[in-house]
Amino acid sequence: MTPGEGLLVLADGTTFAGELVGAEPPGGVASGEVVFNTVLAGYQEVLSDPSYAGQIVTFTYPHIGNYGVNGDDDESRRPFARGVVVREMARRRSSWRSTGDLDAYLRAHGVPGIAGVDTRRLTRHIRRAGALPGAFGSADEATLAAAAAREPGTAGVDLVATVTCAAPYAVPAGPGGGDRRIVAYDLGIKRTILRHLSGLGEVTVVPAATPADEVLARRPDGVFLSNGPGDPAAGGAAAEAVEAVRGLLGQVPLFGICLGHQLMATALGATTVKLPFGHHGGNHPVRRLATGQVEITSQNHNYAVAEGTLGGDAEVTHVNLNDGVVEGIRSRDLRAFGVQYHPEAGPGPHDAAYLFDEFAALVDASRSTGAAR
Amino acid sequence: MPRRDDLESILLIGAGPIVIGQACEFDYSGTQACKVLRAEGYRVILANSNPATIMTDPDFADATYVEPLDADHLTSIIERESPDAVLPTLGGQTALNLAMELAERKVVGVPGRPELIGANAEAIATAEDRERFKVAMQEIGLHVPPSAIAHSMDEARQVVDRIGLPVVIRPAFILGGRGTGIATTPAEFDRLAAGGLAASPISEILVERSIAGWKEYELEVMRDRADNCVVVCSIENLDPMGVHTGDSITVAPAQTLTDVEYQAMRDAAFACIRRVGVETGGSNVQFALDPAGGDMVIIEMNPRVSRSSALASKATGFPIAKIAARLAVGYTLDEIPNDITRRTPASFEPTVDYVVTKVPRWAFEKFPGSPAVLGTSMQSVGEAMAIGRTFPESLQKALRSLEHGRAGLNCDPAEAELEALGDDELIRRASVGTPDRPFQLEAALRRGVDVDALAARTHVDPWFLDQILRVVEERAHLAEVGLAGMTPRGWRRAKQLGFSDAQLAWLWGTDAAEVRGQRLAAGVRPTFKTVDTCGGEFDATTPYHYSTYEDEDEVVASGRRKVLILGSGPNRIGQGIEFDYCCVHASFALADAGFETVMLNCNPETVSTDYDTSDRLYFEPLTLEDALNVIEAEQRLGDLAGVVVALGGQTPLKLAGALPPGLVLGTSAASIDAAEDRELWSALCARLGIPQPPGGTATTVEEALEVVDRIGYPALLRPSYVLGGRAMEIVDDEAGLRRAMAALAGFGSLGREGGLSASRPVLIDRFLEDATEVDVDALRDHAGEVVIGGVMEHVEEAGVHSGDSACSIPPHSLDAGTVALIEDHTRRLADALDVRGLINVQYAVQQGHVFVIEANPRASRTVPFVAKATGVPLVKVAARVMVGATLAELRDEGLLRPPLAGGHVAVKEAVLPFNRFPDVDTVLGPEMRSTGEVMGIDRTFGLAFGKAQASAGDRLPDGGLVFLSLADRDKPAGLRAAVQLVELGFGIAATRGTADHLERHGVPVAQRVAKVAGDGEPPDVDGGAGLPTAVDLIADGKVALVVNSPRGSGARADGAYIRRAANVHRVPCLTTGAAAVAAAESAVDRSRHDPRVRTLQEYHQGPRRVAGGPR
Repeated sequence: MTPGEGLLVLADGTTFAGELVGAEPPGGVASGEVVFNTVLAGYQEVLSDPSYAGQIVTFTYPHIGNYGVNGDDDESRRPFARGVVVREMARRRSSWRSTGDLDAYLRAHGVPGIAGVDTRRLTRHIRRAGALPGAFGSADEATLAAAAAREPGTAGVDLVATVTCAAPYAVPAGPGGGDRRIVAYDLGIKRTILRHLSGLGEVTVVPAATPADEVLARRPDGVFLSNGPGDPAAGGAAAEAVEAVRGLLGQVPLFGICLGHQLMATALGATTVKLPFGHHGGNHPVRRLATGQVEITSQNHNYAVAEGTLGGDAEVTHVNLNDGVVEGIRSRDLRAFGVQYHPEAGPGPHDAAYLFDEFAALVDASRSTGAAR
Repeated sequence: MPRRDDLESILLIGAGPIVIGQACEFDYSGTQACKVLRAEGYRVILANSNPATIMTDPDFADATYVEPLDADHLTSIIERESPDAVLPTLGGQTALNLAMELAERKVVGVPGRPELIGANAEAIATAEDRERFKVAMQEIGLHVPPSAIAHSMDEARQVVDRIGLPVVIRPAFILGGRGTGIATTPAEFDRLAAGGLAASPISEILVERSIAGWKEYELEVMRDRADNCVVVCSIENLDPMGVHTGDSITVAPAQTLTDVEYQAMRDAAFACIRRVGVETGGSNVQFALDPAGGDMVIIEMNPRVSRSSALASKATGFPIAKIAARLAVGYTLDEIPNDITRRTPASFEPTVDYVVTKVPRWAFEKFPGSPAVLGTSMQSVGEAMAIGRTFPESLQKALRSLEHGRAGLNCDPAEAELEALGDDELIRRASVGTPDRPFQLEAALRRGVDVDALAARTHVDPWFLDQILRVVEERAHLAEVGLAGMTPRGWRRAKQLGFSDAQLAWLWGTDAAEVRGQRLAAGVRPTFKTVDTCGGEFDATTPYHYSTYEDEDEVVASGRRKVLILGSGPNRIGQGIEFDYCCVHASFALADAGFETVMLNCNPETVSTDYDTSDRLYFEPLTLEDALNVIEAEQRLGDLAGVVVALGGQTPLKLAGALPPGLVLGTSAASIDAAEDRELWSALCARLGIPQPPGGTATTVEEALEVVDRIGYPALLRPSYVLGGRAMEIVDDEAGLRRAMAALAGFGSLGREGGLSASRPVLIDRFLEDATEVDVDALRDHAGEVVIGGVMEHVEEAGVHSGDSACSIPPHSLDAGTVALIEDHTRRLADALDVRGLINVQYAVQQGHVFVIEANPRASRTVPFVAKATGVPLVKVAARVMVGATLAELRDEGLLRPPLAGGHVAVKEAVLPFNRFPDVDTVLGPEMRSTGEVMGIDRTFGLAFGKAQASAGDRLPDGGLVFLSLADRDKPAGLRAAVQLVELGFGIAATRGTADHLERHGVPVAQRVAKVAGDGEPPDVDGGAGLPTAVDLIADGKVALVVNSPRGSGARADGAYIRRAANVHRVPCLTTGAAAVAAAESAVDRSRHDPRVRTLQEYHQGPRRVAGGPR
């Protein structure tokens, strides 16, 4: 291959030609589980979302990088995606918000990329075959194929441990935040979520493996379970978090998003299943069963709560209108609720931001009755 | 919330004729709505005056009223039908304005009267009234540019003193931005404010701080009864604020917005639609963004389906109109399935994995005197859309889709026009919005002008400019490696950037066939991708495709016999919706006959580009390269029976000769040529003994003079192979002839279309004065049977382009013998040309002698009108004939029925866009300038003519002062008209010559007027002193009707000022004696008959002629 050219090889042997962008991967090979995302804007938020740890993100929209990157739109301290696949990487950015270009950002953070790929063919392939491991880079096809074959994917891998914070830290209450005290489990938490939570009160972010008693010792008014990467049944940090959630349920109001929602469901006795190719986009319709309203939601998950496996008084509150997947659950008795999608947006629509208000209301109701702590 | 069962019948108001700012997108939306509402079991009543539309086909509604779209006629329809609801949001601004008028009259929206569904009067007023809109937006915290309204010049000047220049002036309640403009100087302000006050039906303008140069965005939003809102599509304009969005190059989705900004815009759009109170349906919301600091202001919202909605529907595959119609009758978004995935609901936001570019098409060359500068008032007559995987690919495809003689973004012969310009001049020109801007931007970048420097001057976003720079760089690379140096990878990269084979051929000095051959030899052919609303996330079943150059082709093979129909491309003057009607009808008829139908077109406004019109849709340019690509793809995937080229106007016909000969269905390319080629055609007429006006051909002035020596003046000059009488001219003397030949030979816009050559000579004919023109549409099958579809007699005499002339079925003055002779000529011509399908023949009848002018063995623009007037589905029959059926078989099948026996008269009238071009003389001539047409149908010619005039926007008066000023040759006709008008109580005003003539013949003249002093012409000195001029009378509102026919082709004369005054002050103006006679006849008939509205279905149930019998 001539310099700059590269190949993407999937674990099933399918290959795609392209040109390498971003960082040079070690040994000319970047590998991970290949997924796609259909957002039209918000690539920086996607790439820096810790939920994408272990994954190679394919953007279905062909022009990526048009508005560069900026200091405000990172969802975490660095991009966690293992790689990025695009049709066109912008060489010229244009936005008054921009402070740098995407290619340089990828290089600075060690994220390899491949451009010029028929991303529609790749997406259609993933749709049929399911998300599957792959590898890309300047290495030859055989090397890439071997790397793809070795790549474990996300099932059973403890990815949360790779993204969670090492030690607790505090986020002060934002304007109008009040005096609520929220503890947030960092399973791969996004900054946009923290912005929303700090609007409710002071937030203490704790590592994924923090036991329930340590959290309760902080006397929180509510506990939040964040988004995060990978398989909720992977064991490791996720399993420890499930254990903690079991200890918290009924003790304090709980709100979970995405992986946090899955761990809550697991703690409530439900099982989770891997979806054929997951939900990865900013346009998924979800019905809020309480009102019948439809909200357009930002989604990024490969696993979901299996319908009909919830125990106790737990009930389904939200359903994906495209495929009927469970998108929200609640236990009134245990004062806990969670959603599979991203009400915080970043990127995506703001339709479900009311869930943070509901969390605040739940917290306030508990405080006034003295049920918490 | 399911369908509303409390409604049984719904009146849908259409958009009327195609005008600038309102084109076939409303046929598309209305047709979708009709289909959906009927499928839901409602009785659909449709009112639309435009016979060229598909929606007015009697199959699409239960009751179809082709009647004038005014409050009086709609009131009559409502009283006759008593619908439960009126749906006004799918018929453009016309329908919305009518709904407001009906609401004010309390004909709708009050208890006991039909309900307004889709949008109520309150919502319409909030969105449409600038001041109310501004207040409403400020209430919900959105920013608007500082502004104030004014109802007079004094108020306007006070406002501008406060806000400061530059300002935008926008009249209230107008469509397409008419009367809108940016004023940067006090003088400009005075002119625009006065024009705007005059343009607004309520004499109201908004004066607003100009934010020209900001970036412009648009969101297409839908809302349902349960308050679910979705954005269907975001659009970013390449042109900055200052150019009307309808005249801008627009790109979907938005390219340079971060998600943070986009979501803020989305929230604002939802807040807007909720505050305005659009309960259900689609709206578009426009925003401007300061590129320097991100300030966002809301510009306007349309509480209805719009042209942008059609674009958004085609760009995403989300059928806005269809869904808007369902929402209007009570459904919610989640109850409606997404047609494309079938498995997912419509309550989602489409995502795309391609780029869509729309480029408008203008017709400035038709309106000399109008500067080709774009502004806040829309001037384009059509548009093309293209889909590519990248912006450069979609832009280049869109530019070649325009069929304006360009092969893409430069890299073609026409780019030479820019070469003479200096860099500074080039950049200066590119900083003004004009049709040439994209080409100027490319040329500037090719000269090495820096992207940032160019962006600073033009306010075109640097991202777009850098994408254009990629095209520039690739071109340099391609020039360097040459055809011989191309590798498969190199080919693919060039094609991915949208280069056409024609551009590459020009670059490499070879021909496109050679380029194509080499490319295919290298194994590089297009792949067809699918528009699926979801970026590939779900399996799509709807076959809506576009080409690109990638790995995977998604078109699915089929075992059925297929027919490919080539559409008509962007609307332009001379080729518009009527050809889309033909293509769509062919698709329906062929599908009914068991064929799989495949459509190829690039016009986003049309029904033909609705993904469920045909079995498969290719949204592609109508160039030879792109057509061949589709043909080859279809041949690879099954049995392609043939290609229909005869129904899309000149566009596909031009391709016929280059397509594989066995594939052209219907009349052969050789026959098409025989009708078009002057020598062959003359020989044919001579052989058949059918008289032609004397004439000849010329490529030089000398040859032209020789021809004219033989035939004499006046002579009619026309270029060959052009459309709509482009550059056609009547010359009276040698000077005129020389001027016309020079214009034809020059490298102007016509040169772009091919210039003069031995194969494209000028046709010169003796012009037949005072002749009646006749149009005939006929059908012939392979067995040789000919059926006459309709004989149309023109109202205006020969010399006015047939497309601009009113005409009637049946002929209203020709005797039966002449009509029989014309029908016989038509039969023999159709036979001699071995026509298989439709043929249109034009004749001129001068003092009882019939001359044949020309024949076109294809669908003509009159076919839809004829079908509606006679009750015979001509195109459906033609399509079947083209694939081998005989007329006899189709008669047995019941498809071909005899025409209606009469009892009614149908008049077609042209609609001209002069109100958009106030500096242009409104006189009709041999160059076609109408954008659309209307039909009036009633018991007599006079009544039908009156309805046609009313539909065209020139409602004839029932009394008052008629101003007459006629050329000598029109004076006899004028006299006949005046006698009748005076009998009915009209007063007559006339200039001296006309007044003397009338009084000599005993017609009293109520008011004599003085001549208007024109450029270099002396004022009237002999007896005109002290009299008002016609312009004074018109300006004072004292004239109800102007009849002014031009005297020769001199410089701006008296008449031009009078006609212009009539145009500006909206006084109906007739420019021929024949039209005056028709108007008088109409006045007489209207005084004798009660007004009446009837459905086409009722007309079509009338008695039919005995098959094969005499007329």
